[in-house]
Amino acid sequence: MKIHEHQAMEIFAQYGLPVSGFDVATSPADARAAAERRGGSVVVKAQVHVGGRGKAGGVKLARDADEAERYAESILGMDIKGLTVEKIVVAEAVDIDREYYIGIVVDRATKKPVYMVSSEGGVDIEEVARETPEKIHKHSIDPERGLSDVEAAELAAKIESDPRVAAQVADAILRLYAAFVGSDASLAEINPLVVTADGIVRAIDAKMNIDDNALYRHEDIAAMRDASTETVELTKARELGLSFVKLDGNVGCLVNGAGLAMTTMDLIKQHGGEPANFLDIGGSSNPEKVAIALEIITSDPKVRSILINIFGGITRCDDVARGLAHALERTASDVPIVVRLTGTNEEEARRVLAEHDLVTADTMDEAVEKAVVLAGRDS
Amino acid sequence: MSIFVNGDTRLCVQGITGRDGAFHTKGMIDYGTNVVCGVTPGKGGQSVHGVPVFDTVADAVRETGANASITFVPARFGAHAIIEAAEAGVDLVVAISEGIPTLDVAKVYQRLGELGTRMIGPNCPGVISPGKAKVGIMPGWIHAPGPVGVVSRSGTLTYEVVDQLRRNGLGQSTVLGIGGDPIIGTNFIDALTAYETDPQTEVIVLIGEIGGTDEEQAAQFVTEHLDKPVVSFIAGRTAPPGKRMGHAGAIIAGGRGTAQEKIEALSEAGIPVADRPSDIPGLIAAALGRK
Repeated sequence: MKIHEHQAMEIFAQYGLPVSGFDVATSPADARAAAERRGGSVVVKAQVHVGGRGKAGGVKLARDADEAERYAESILGMDIKGLTVEKIVVAEAVDIDREYYIGIVVDRATKKPVYMVSSEGGVDIEEVARETPEKIHKHSIDPERGLSDVEAAELAAKIESDPRVAAQVADAILRLYAAFVGSDASLAEINPLVVTADGIVRAIDAKMNIDDNALYRHEDIAAMRDASTETVELTKARELGLSFVKLDGNVGCLVNGAGLAMTTMDLIKQHGGEPANFLDIGGSSNPEKVAIALEIITSDPKVRSILINIFGGITRCDDVARGLAHALERTASDVPIVVRLTGTNEEEARRVLAEHDLVTADTMDEAVEKAVVLAGRDS
Repeated sequence: MSIFVNGDTRLCVQGITGRDGAFHTKGMIDYGTNVVCGVTPGKGGQSVHGVPVFDTVADAVRETGANASITFVPARFGAHAIIEAAEAGVDLVVAISEGIPTLDVAKVYQRLGELGTRMIGPNCPGVISPGKAKVGIMPGWIHAPGPVGVVSRSGTLTYEVVDQLRRNGLGQSTVLGIGGDPIIGTNFIDALTAYETDPQTEVIVLIGEIGGTDEEQAAQFVTEHLDKPVVSFIAGRTAPPGKRMGHAGAIIAGGRGTAQEKIEALSEAGIPVADRPSDIPGLIAAALGRK
C-alpha cells in the first residue's frame, strides 16, 4: 500500500527522525494560515501517489504567506499523471547546504532488506542508479539481527565527511531502519536528507510503501488508506480479497490465479482483442465472491464479452459455477459470457451450469478466441 | 528419480483440521502420498481422514518420523509454522499459505538456511513427482510420469501447462511451483540445479512472470551451468507498470521486471520462449528431438 508523504512524515517523526515542521492543507486559506504559523517561507507540496511531482509543478517554494496561498491555489486540483491533487503539505523551508539520499527496500535476490545511501540527493534515484551507479552505496542487512550502530556509522561515513554531521546522518539511518521494520514497509526513503548551512540534518521528504500482507498488524497504517485514490470497484474488490486492475479494453476477465489471469490477458491481445481488466479471484473462492467479481466486471460499460477461465486446484470449479449461477440469477446483464472450467470438481461445475445460457470452451485458446469474437461483434 | 519429493516422502500436514488443510489432505492421500501426521495446536489426539493429529510438529515428527511438511495455516501464523517445522527436523517445508509478511519471510529464509531446511514457497501450489508423491494443492490427475521437469512462479498457470503436456503425451519428472511472493525459499536457479542432476529429467520448462529478476538470473545460469535443454513461458506481456498483478511479487517497479526484459534475457541465452502455453509441447518435442 502506498501512503502519502505527510503520512510517512508522521511515521518518521514517531521514530524520532528530524522531520521538518509541516501542516496538511486542503484549501488555499489553510495553506496561508499554515505559512503564517511557520514564519512565512514554506514549501508547498502536492500529495499524490506518483513520483516526479516536482517536475510536474507540484512542489513550490513560497517566500511568504501570500505566495503560499497562490501556490496552494494552483496546486490543489492540479492533475499530475492522471491523479488530482486534493491535499498539500505546507512545510517550513530549510536553508539547504547539501542533499543526500537514504532509503531501504526489500531486495528479492538476496532475500534481505538492503540499505542504499548516496551523496546525490534530491534527484531521481533511479536515474542515479542508471547513470552513475558507483554513487549509490548498498548494504545488505541481516533481517534477524537488524542494523547495528557500527553499520550505520559506516554508511554515514560514505556520504558525509564532517564527523559531527555524520553522527546525525548515522542516527537518521538507524531511525529510518527502525521505521521501516516497525511499519513492515517494503520501501522507506528520504530524498533528500539535507544538511543545513549551520550543520543540522533534516528530513525534508518522506516516502513509504507498506507490505499489504502485514497491514493486519498495523491498524493505524491501514487506516491511512486514501479512499479517494480508489474507484468504488477497486475498493469492493480489495475488501473481498480479489485482485483487480482496471484496463482499457472490452473483454472482461475473471480468472483464478495471477499467472493464469495475466496469460489470459496476453492471449486476448494476441487474438486481436483488448482485455478490460485483470481479475484474480484467488484460491478457496466462495460463490458470493464470484458473484460480486462478475458484478464488478459488468459495471464497466465498455465490456462487450466476459471470459471466465478457471483451472481448479485449491479453487473448486463447482464453487465458481455456483457463484456464477447465483450472479446470473440476480443480474440483468446481457453481456455474453464464455466459460472454461477445468480441474477440481469440474463435473459438478458442468451440472450446475447446464441450465444457463453460456458459451462454453474446453481450452483456454478456444475460450479466448470466442470471447474476442463476441466482443468485436456489432450489438 | 525426481526432485524434492518422492516415494520416501513422509508428510506432515500443518493446519490439517482447517477447511483447505482437510480437503487437500484427502487429495494427497488419494494420490498416494504417504501422509503420516497432521498438526493443529490444541487438536492433538484427533484424526483427519485417518491421519493422526498432534499439537506440535516436534511431537508429530517424533511419533511418525515425518521428513517433510506442508503448511495450510493462516498467513499470520505462517512464519511461525514454517520455523516450527524446520526446528522439528524436517528436510523440506512446502508453504502453501498466501499473505505472510515479507519481512517475516526474510527472517524465515535465514533461519531455515541455518537449519539446512529447504522451503518451497510461500504462496505456492506445492510440488508433485507424478506417480510418487503429491505435496500440494494441484489436481493430481492432470499429471503423468515422464521426462519433463517443470518449475513455475504460478499455480493455475502451471496446471494449464501441465494439462497441455498431458494432452500431448508428455509426462513429468517433477512439477514445482516456487511461489508468487517477493521472497521465496526455492528459486529458479535452485530448481534448475536439482533438475540438472536428476536422471529422470531430460528437458525443463521454466514458467516466469513479471516482477523481479529471477528469470534473468536463471537465463544466465542456464548459459553457464546447464547441459539440459530449457524452454520457457513468461506471463504478463500486457501488464501495466506499477500495478501489482495478483501475486505480491508480480509488479513492474521503476520500469524494471517487465516481460519483455525477461523474454530478451531468455532468448539471448538460447532458451525458446513460447508465445502461448499451447506452444510449449511443440518446443519440448523439438528440444527432445535435438538431443
